[in-house]
This record gives sequence, structure tokens and C-alpha cells, in this order.
Amino acid sequence: MSTRNRISAVVVLCVFSTLDNAAEPGATSGHPTGPNLGHPISAADLAPWDITVFPSGRGLPAGSGTAAKGAPVFATYCAACHGDKGQGGLGPVVVSDRKREGIDEGTTTIANFWPYATTLFDYIRRAMPWQSPRTMTDDQAYALTAFILASNKLIDPDFVIDAKSLPTVRMPNRDGFLDRFPKLVPSDPPR
Amino acid sequence: MPRGMDMSKLDDGTREMRDLEVVAANGLLHRRALLIRGLAFAGAAVGLDLASRRATAEPLVDAQWSLANGDPPPPYQLPSKFAANIVRTNANPDNLPKVTQTRTPLHLLDGQITPNGLHFAIIHAGVPAIDPAAHKLLIHGLVKRPLLFTFDDLLRYPRVSRITFIECGGNSAPLFSPTPMQATIQALHGLVSCAEWTGIPLSILLDEVGVDPRAKWFVAEGADAPHLNRSVPLAKAFDDALIAIYQNGEPLMPGNGFPMRLVVPGYEGNMNIKFLRRIELTEEPAMSYYESQVYTTPLPNGNVYRFFFVSEVKSFITWPSYGFSLKGPGLYEISGLAYSGEGRISRVMVSADGGKTWGQAALQEPVLSKAFTRFRMPWKWNGGPAVLQSRAYDQFGSAQPTRAQFVAARGEYASTPVITAFQNHHFNAVMSWAVTASGEVTHVYA
Repeated sequence: MSTRNRISAVVVLCVFSTLDNAAEPGATSGHPTGPNLGHPISAADLAPWDITVFPSGRGLPAGSGTAAKGAPVFATYCAACHGDKGQGGLGPVVVSDRKREGIDEGTTTIANFWPYATTLFDYIRRAMPWQSPRTMTDDQAYALTAFILASNKLIDPDFVIDAKSLPTVRMPNRDGFLDRFPKLVPSDPPR
Repeated sequence: MPRGMDMSKLDDGTREMRDLEVVAANGLLHRRALLIRGLAFAGAAVGLDLASRRATAEPLVDAQWSLANGDPPPPYQLPSKFAANIVRTNANPDNLPKVTQTRTPLHLLDGQITPNGLHFAIIHAGVPAIDPAAHKLLIHGLVKRPLLFTFDDLLRYPRVSRITFIECGGNSAPLFSPTPMQATIQALHGLVSCAEWTGIPLSILLDEVGVDPRAKWFVAEGADAPHLNRSVPLAKAFDDALIAIYQNGEPLMPGNGFPMRLVVPGYEGNMNIKFLRRIELTEEPAMSYYESQVYTTPLPNGNVYRFFFVSEVKSFITWPSYGFSLKGPGLYEISGLAYSGEGRISRVMVSADGGKTWGQAALQEPVLSKAFTRFRMPWKWNGGPAVLQSRAYDQFGSAQPTRAQFVAARGEYASTPVITAFQNHHFNAVMSWAVTASGEVTHVYA
């Protein structure tokens, strides 16, 4: 069997397995059944865990921000590593108008490479500032997102970033990506 | 620590010619020569040469360690002080607030398994000191009932063991250089390791939460400071994904994900989320920083591969390699590693003339799917220049690309990179070591 056929076979099997499991957990899979020790969790208890933001905008919290509000936040929390103008330092370049060259990811930037603006908010909120992540407010994360997008001329300087507007920001390289193994990819992110 | 054996003195007419049947140019021998090595040694024992060596040997003088008691054994033993040079390299020795890469000294190891202390790691924001008593795993999203598991809960679940390699998507990135970089296997290919991982099949836990049929992906997230997350096709959860708790028989090393990590055999290292604390089932991928930006693969035509996932079939020779030298003509054993993220290695071919002629290497058992496979090839070096290559094939017929094929499709950098940088990803082409007449080994493109 070719690799391609094998992979589709695996995907088909797994789809069936998933359907079966949904109907009756543990009933049909070819593996042992667990002791069922998981603890139910309420929606309120679950919410603080649930920090992922998707390209559709799902997961974005309440709040908003603008570039003007983001500039002082950037100076306080980000400039030490990313440079006072986002030109980079110990941390990566976050503001640049350079062009991508060849196959060198060293020349990729938010403006010339990143496919989704939602990733910027997600990563700022989950991982930044590097030495004290999860310490900024959602409004600060929105403001930083706006500041970086505006500094890269990807939005107007007075554009308000919030849960509704961020997914509408179209990044220049959104359509520049190909799935390496399409058969392994169960669904594409939005184009 | 050269481990090639000079068996040139065997070539004295005391063994049968079939033992050293040449299978490819420049002295590559049939792999059968490895199987009859004991016989060859026995034959040599009656040769004149060995007798003359014995005549020149020094009389036995017992060393200090044979004349006195040694140290008491420590509770957790460490390597001999004479092997203390076999360590990982650290690309961020000053512990600056940035990613740290530790690379495995593959050129100083043998066999299939990477010792836990030497397993490579990419550390994004220091090594978190996670108390397992306070660590939990949440599974939620498109499920019938979201469930929270304590680490203690998970210790009661059925386990399986799986020997599999994990390779960073940025491994071998220095090979994208337009000129061959002179560096050890550790510096060039040291971001891959192979261990036995023991843990809970993810599918068991997904059965308990009840998968909603709309779910197509799961997004796995760590408890480290960057809350590193990656989207994985849900099919992988029902194929061979594990939540690993043990690494080569002992609890995971802190830098490798203690107390537990996701293991997705054959998929790039970054997807094997360490310090696993959350799994969300979704219809769509998250397009996290690491999947939409970092571990992508720009192509010469301007497009970019995403969702690369698979470590494609690959091999390299670990001995001889840069940093070693050959001590005169004679019989040596070429040795290396082969692996494929798709399945089992089916064969490894070795060349000593830069790819013009090839001989089939012996594969050390057990040959396992998505695991390191050690290959060995007997070689009678005549003392002249040679260019050594290995090329691996997997059970589905995938062949490791030659450098020319690879560069035609995937390109190379415009200039020589910083050797620790990942400016592109997922390099798997054939590489070449040149052996000079003086026995020095250099990295070449051939």
C-alpha cells in the first residue's frame, strides 16, 4: 500500500472510531478501557484554562485597545527585548518593513509572513512578557496587538482592536501557505 | 574517542576471501563480514602478526584500581569520569531570556536508545519545576463531558511502552548552508534522540470524555511559562499518541517534560507538548505561534509549507564523522542512524565514493517503526580519499533525497548561517563525509 493510501486508511478508520466513541465511550476502541477517574469541571472553573484564540476569533475575550494605548505598554514590557521601536534585540523583530528573502526565516516578519493577526493576541496573552507571562490585562494585550499591527502599517493608527475587529485584519501572507501533507490535515484554517 | 577498529592485520591470508567480499567501490564490504567477525578474530589469533605483537607487549603491572577498593556506589549513578566529556551542548549558556537548545552528542553514543541525561531538549523559558501533586490535565472542547485529571488519577490508567525518536523540526538546519559547515554530528544533527516512552494511550482518555463527531483536531498545551501549544490532527490521538510519564524506565527528565508530555511518534518535536496540562478538541487548528510562524518551511518559489508534521526518512553516518580521524589503512566499521516518521526503516545503503556505487548496510535489531535504527557497514579503507554517504529507505518506499534532489525542491540559504539558528526546517537529505589520505574527516557536499 502506498504511503498516501495508508494515510487515508488511517484517517478513515479514525473517523469511524471517533463516531463510535461519541455514541458509546470506550465501547469499540481497540485499547483498554480506563478507570474513569476524571473529575467534572464547571464552565466557570474551566474558563481560566481556556486561553486559546483561533483565527475565527473564537476565544477572544472582552476588552479592546488602540495603538496609542499600546505604545506605553510596549515601552514598559516589551522594548527591553524587542527594541524601543520593535526593531529586535534579544527578542525577535516585531516591527519591520523588510522583504522576505529566499528560504531564510531570519528575514520573515509579522508583516511579511504571519498568516493570522489572532496569533499575535494569542501569543502575547499566553507567553508575554517572556519573564512574567499572564500578568498583563486583556486590554493591555489588545492595545499591544493594535500597536504592533499599526506600527507595521497593517491597520490604521486609530483602528480599535477587539474581539470583533481582530479576526477581520487580513494579513498580507495569509494565502502563502501550503499543507505539506494534505491527507494528514483534517481541516484548513480560514482562507 | 575513536571507536573504529584497526583490523588491517587480518588481511594476511588467514581468512577466506568470501568474508571480505567487496560490494561497492572504495572498499565497502558485504555486511556479512560483521556477522563473522568473531570467526575472523579467531582466525587471526593463529597468525604470525599477533604473535609478534605479543612479543612486544609490556608485562602486566596492576593499576591502582586493581589493588584497592573503589568508591561506594552513589544512589543515582553518573557516568565514569573518563566519559565525562560526553555531554549535551547548550546554545544559551548565560541563560538569557530566550530559547535554549541542548544537543545530543550522537557521535559519542552507540545503539538505539539515547540516555535520559543526554536526550536533546529545546527549552523555551527555562525548565519548569513542576510538582506532580499539583499538576492536572484538562480535556475539553468538542467532548461530551470535559474532565480534569490529577496526576495521581492518571497513574491508575493502563499504560503502553513505545520506543520512538523525537526530532526537532529545526534539526540539521545548518545543512541548508550553501557551503558545508565543519562541525560535529552533535552540532549538525544533535536535535534528535530516541527513547522508550511509557504512558497512557491518549485514546483511552478521549473515550472517557466522549468525542463529539465534529472534532477534527486537538490542541495540546503545556504548563511551562510560554504555555506552548500545538494543533494535532485528531486521527493521531487514535493512532499512536501517548501521554508519557516514563522515559527509558524512569520518570521523565525535567527538560523532557516532567511530569508528563504528549508523544506523537514521528511528528516534529515541538508537537510532543511537554509539561502537558490541557487538551482541547476542536474543529479547526489554533494556528499558534509555533505552527503558523516558527515551524513552517519557506520554499524557493515563495510559498511556505505549513503542517509539516512528519520527520521524513533520514540517515547520517555517526562514525567516522567530523572530529574523528582514521589511524591508517585497514578494516573499519562505518556506523550511523536511520529513522523515518512514517514507519520502519527497510534498508540503508552506504557509499564510499560519493554516491556512485552503493552497498547495503546491516541493520541492528530490533528495527522498529518510528525509532532509531542503527546501521553498520564494514569498510576496508585503502588509505586513499573517500567520500562516505548513507541513504535510508522506509517500509513505504520513501527514499531519503540526495542533496541535489533536496536543494532543487527546497532550496538553500544565500549565505552561511549561525550554526545554532533555525532559518528553515525539516532537512532530511543525504550528507557526505570526506576522508582524506591522512585520515581526517571533513563535511563536504557531494
